[in-house]
Amino acid sequence: MSIFDKFRTVEQRLALLTAGGGRNPFDVMIERPVSSTVGIIEGRETLLFGTNNYLGLSQSQRAIDAAIDAVRARGVGTTGSRIANGTQSVHRELEQRIASFFGQKHCMVFSTGYQANLGMISTLAGKDDYLILDADSHASIYDASRLGHAQVIRFKHNDPDDLHKRLRRLEGTPGAKLVVVEGIYSMTGNVAPLKEMAAIKRETGATLLVDEAHSFGVLGPTGRGVAEAEGVEADVDFIVGTFSKSLGTVGGYCVSNHDEIDLVRLQCRPYMFTASLPPEVIAATMAALDDMVAQPELRTQLSQNAAQFHAGLKGLGLNVSQQVSPVVAVTLETVEEAIALWNRLLDLGLYVNLSLPPATPDHRPLLRCSVMASHTSAQIARAVEIFAEAGASLG
Amino acid sequence: MMKGDPMSETIEDVSALIVNKLLANPKVPRDINGSSKIVEDLAFDSLAVMNFVMEIEDEMDVSVPLDRLADIRTVDDLATCIVSLKNGG
Repeated sequence: MSIFDKFRTVEQRLALLTAGGGRNPFDVMIERPVSSTVGIIEGRETLLFGTNNYLGLSQSQRAIDAAIDAVRARGVGTTGSRIANGTQSVHRELEQRIASFFGQKHCMVFSTGYQANLGMISTLAGKDDYLILDADSHASIYDASRLGHAQVIRFKHNDPDDLHKRLRRLEGTPGAKLVVVEGIYSMTGNVAPLKEMAAIKRETGATLLVDEAHSFGVLGPTGRGVAEAEGVEADVDFIVGTFSKSLGTVGGYCVSNHDEIDLVRLQCRPYMFTASLPPEVIAATMAALDDMVAQPELRTQLSQNAAQFHAGLKGLGLNVSQQVSPVVAVTLETVEEAIALWNRLLDLGLYVNLSLPPATPDHRPLLRCSVMASHTSAQIARAVEIFAEAGASLG
Repeated sequence: MMKGDPMSETIEDVSALIVNKLLANPKVPRDINGSSKIVEDLAFDSLAVMNFVMEIEDEMDVSVPLDRLADIRTVDDLATCIVSLKNGG
């Protein structure tokens, strides 16, 4: 009996993925980015359609300059937790900027978006409470449900009636009910029906947390996400998000009007027991936020690009997500077919994400693509062409 | 048996209902019974188990918290858990 026996299943699955000389999809290396939309993979220029860099701001000159200035002034790291030596003036400043952007009183900044979900959800829903999750929730939300001590109940993906039914079953039970949904679902690009969810929250007295990781900077008149787009921000108790998608850096946040946020800071283990963000990341994040606010046209371009790419793939007869969003998922029937197509796309110079069950919602594999505001129309047309060529060559 | 009537639902009833529901899936072996192990005998992964339990929840008008699933190995275990939840436990 070896401690590694339990890894044999994953070893066998990996061997199947790479049988016949295919790549290991979990070991792709972008040798270096050439721009936000092109990277060097396997020594050649490759179109990037799987980086979540929705506004292209990972390469923002303003953010690069801000990071360099910050690192020269403050060094490369904080070496400590937010509740010890890891809070510098820039951390407070970033929290004020994010809170103000959302029009909320408070903001907690975390070292990653994963930790923001892990920390907020596990801390808010206590032992006698209920955590009510969309069935297709991100791993960070499921992991939060395991770190915390609440009773966990799933409802059918994006189904307000099912959410209502499950809350109704809990009527009269003691304990708070925390409902967690995502703005845009990361795997499929599906957008939450937040107006209906918010109405249920009001009716049942539940608490609502929305993870806008993939919708921040993407949806809403000012880019605040689905809650803004649907006009229900007042009903959302906690908005969680990340800097690692639309702002192109790293880090997570939670904004809220509840004054108890400052007490959460003292109970939230993924906030307390990890090093805080380094100052150059904070500086780059604030600069990227400036870029995002100063260039609302990025959001318009993103939306047009998403529509062009979605229509292009649909035109090829591929099974794409119903809703148009910057996440465009192509569903395939078999893992073998998905692996062959993904390898062929990369051979032809197009990088997308290969998502395999059980990490996908319905046991079917996905080629998950994400579109950027910085993609040109010609790059999108080329990406669609590559899909057509790859599909034709595989029959 | 009236759907959702707690007074008339025994563990045997619920277990039979679960077996019937499982047999509706052609991939499930035909010789399953209350003692069948959901993961080992039916080759369900963690997501398949959660999704299957969701179907049963609808049928029984009950919500099974995820932490209860950790203790469930067989069809009878699931039936016992559901009956207990329906009786307020």
